[in-house]
Amino acid sequence: MTVLFVALGAAVGAALRYLTGRWVKSDSFPWPTLTVNLAGSLLLGFLVGLPVAPWLAALLGTGFCGALTTYSTFSLETLQLARGGRRLRAAAYVIISLLAGLGAAYLGILIADHR
Amino acid sequence: MAVAAGGVLGALARYGLSTLWPSVWTVWAINVTGCFLIGVLTVLITRRRPESRLIRPFWTTGVLGGYTTFSTASVDVVRAAPATALALLGATIVSALIAVWLGTALAERMVAR
Repeated sequence: MTVLFVALGAAVGAALRYLTGRWVKSDSFPWPTLTVNLAGSLLLGFLVGLPVAPWLAALLGTGFCGALTTYSTFSLETLQLARGGRRLRAAAYVIISLLAGLGAAYLGILIADHR
Repeated sequence: MAVAAGGVLGALARYGLSTLWPSVWTVWAINVTGCFLIGVLTVLITRRRPESRLIRPFWTTGVLGGYTTFSTASVDVVRAAPATALALLGATIVSALIAVWLGTALAERMVAR
């Protein structure tokens, strides 16, 4: 049963990540990936902070947040920026993603604690 | 549709692996292998199947996007003990970047042959 919740959440999460890529402009900086990664980290932090029932954790946590966010595209974009001669931008992308990702996850847990 | 279907497959693989071995290092291994594969696949698809409209959304945006996770990586670091947190954060980003670079380089050599 848990498998179905993971699958359902992942279908929506992956589709939303794809749509974010079409909605958010990314002329010279990977804003779409940064957006979904931060939003997913915030939500997952909130979920583990509550915490929620196992089925909801599977649906929203493992499925939705897991598929909404991506480490593979984030790494690939960093490599492509660096190889395209934009090393400073690549470094900024990594640092901003990691620090803001931690901040978002922490904030999510904090909001859950003070609800 | 291709992205959602791929995302489900990737997420189920991640769920299966983390159920078998529940550890923050399993998530680390998932992310590193996913980064290696996106490097390989992006090169192969761009060079061999540039005209296909479904292969790339399905495999890279879908399967690998659903397989790897940034949110769990962030939350794991926040919840880990300080010493482990720093090691986990550093190990993940360094090995992820090496993996995607290695995957790309290997695939480029394969294609060049």
